[in-house]
Amino acid sequence: MAAVSLNNVVKKFGTMSVVHGASLEVADGEFVVFVGPSGCGKSTLLRMIAGLENITGGEVVIGGKVVNDVEPAERGIAMVFQSYALYPHMTVEQNLSFGLRMTGNDKADTQRRVGRAADILRISELMQRRPRQLSGGQRQRVAIGRAIVREPQVFLFDEPLSNLDAELRVQMRVEIARLHKELGVTMIYVTHDQTEAMTLADKIVVLRAGNIEQIGRPLDLYDDPNNQFVAGFVGSPRMNFMAGTVVESSSGAVTIKLVNQGNATLKKPLGGPLPAVGAAVILGVRPEHFGLAGRGDSDITVKVDVAEHLGSTSYVYANAGGGEELVIEREESRHEASLDQMTVSLRATHSYLFDSAGLRLR
Amino acid sequence: MRSKSSAERRRGIALHAALVPLALIWLFPLWMMFVFSTLPENGIFSRDIILTPSDQFVENFNLLESDTGFIRATTISILVAAAYTFLSVALTSMAGWSLACYRFAGKGVVLATILGTLTLPYFVVVIPQFIMVARDFGLHNTLFALIVPPLFNSLGVLFMRQSFQMMPHELFDAARVEGVKEWRIFFFIGLPLARPAVAALSIILFLHSWNNYLWPLLINSKPAMMTAPVALGSLIGLTKVSWGGIMTGAVMLTAPMLVLFVALQRHFVAGISAGAVK
Repeated sequence: MAAVSLNNVVKKFGTMSVVHGASLEVADGEFVVFVGPSGCGKSTLLRMIAGLENITGGEVVIGGKVVNDVEPAERGIAMVFQSYALYPHMTVEQNLSFGLRMTGNDKADTQRRVGRAADILRISELMQRRPRQLSGGQRQRVAIGRAIVREPQVFLFDEPLSNLDAELRVQMRVEIARLHKELGVTMIYVTHDQTEAMTLADKIVVLRAGNIEQIGRPLDLYDDPNNQFVAGFVGSPRMNFMAGTVVESSSGAVTIKLVNQGNATLKKPLGGPLPAVGAAVILGVRPEHFGLAGRGDSDITVKVDVAEHLGSTSYVYANAGGGEELVIEREESRHEASLDQMTVSLRATHSYLFDSAGLRLR
Repeated sequence: MRSKSSAERRRGIALHAALVPLALIWLFPLWMMFVFSTLPENGIFSRDIILTPSDQFVENFNLLESDTGFIRATTISILVAAAYTFLSVALTSMAGWSLACYRFAGKGVVLATILGTLTLPYFVVVIPQFIMVARDFGLHNTLFALIVPPLFNSLGVLFMRQSFQMMPHELFDAARVEGVKEWRIFFFIGLPLARPAVAALSIILFLHSWNNYLWPLLINSKPAMMTAPVALGSLIGLTKVSWGGIMTGAVMLTAPMLVLFVALQRHFVAGISAGAVK
């Protein structure tokens, strides 16, 4: 087992910079998820930890040792790829043992490790099959098994569930969580699916355009995002954003006017520096934080476009003009969602304020 | 459903009506080659057109063997073609692998140069190549001169590069993470997965060597080093052309290639058309 640190890691392809100085600490045995939209550099960062991409600047430390110039195989890592990367011309058993055989590992030890991985993942009966004879979930198990036989200090997962259907994805997600508990090793997991990030991670690293936007425990990111990007990325359905203007700014509170929501106003206490009157701000409200009409600090009336009834809860897709689409979650008075128009309340304590650059105003 | 199948049948009949005559036109010279190989000299040049084989094949072959040492020439041809194919596949696949899988300085220039050589006609290359091999190195009349100079094959390099490039590179990354050495990744993962391409390229290269006439004719002057096509060519004398012998030799050179092609055509088509569709 080992801790991993990234110290100001930079990656450039030619003159194009894709990771601009990422720093991060992953504790021994921790499950860390890199999350972000396509092209944010999360896979590149993982590949740099694996040693599959050169590091342009900074250093990667695994188990207390700088590994910038260390071969992938010497870093004590194992990696599970998005496409599973199973060798199609080999059986499951050969796939599992290939790396060990090629590096001259003792035969009996190879057999022991392959047997153990097969037991952990319950794939013993598949050993003589070839990858094309396996289902998606089974292939994924074999790919994980190939990582287990290496008995690594750090597991790296590169979007391992994105090729699976929804049901299997949930099942494999639970399996990976179980595996982490059972093996107790450090795991770094890349995904663009924030649900996977929220459910699996001890710690989430949110990336955008090669920068780390925020690092924190899943609920900390959810409850206390540093900026509009993180607020929008973490949580499903995503946070609603409404444009506003500061109309009053004094004695530890701002009053904002929601320009696209019928000029409704909301007074929000802030602990930090206050924005000036007239400044453009953005108000963020999570779908579940809209209250019943008259029970909050301010009411807005919206036009209902579509309502999705999921049984225990309903999602109302609505707008109040100005191009702002809102998603409103309704657990009580679900039938209200069938109306053409509805009024909901905003609460100052259950909303987030961002400046025009997207930074959180606390 | 019924109308569709009858429409399909009609289309099949129309297609065959067009293709069968074309196939016959293509097969006719081959058939006549076989017929001529079984006729005596006077039969070949008779006024009547003879379309059925006769019984002079063995006599024609004996003539061919006594005039040219055809068995020895064929043995040399087999040896040269086999060695050439093996070595060229090995070289082109390694070159293709490096161009497909590694980033290195000057890679674009290397690729452009290889592509550029495709535009050079063989006849532009053959004279300097001859001067270099025969005069500068003094290697004429050797097996080495028959096999090695034509080994560089830009088409083969590009063909293999394409084949490796189409493979998911995560497979190779996975092996790298497992500590597998680069040459083992090439040998145990890249090459087995490129089997259709290797099979297709092998057939192309073998045929290329088997049919090669100009280079062996130029580089070897000793009868003992003649390849089979050169041996057949030697039957065209100033005063006499032994058509019976030439046709017998041609049949003997063509038949194994036809068998080989039919046996491997599945691989051949798969290799050539690989990547045409996803």
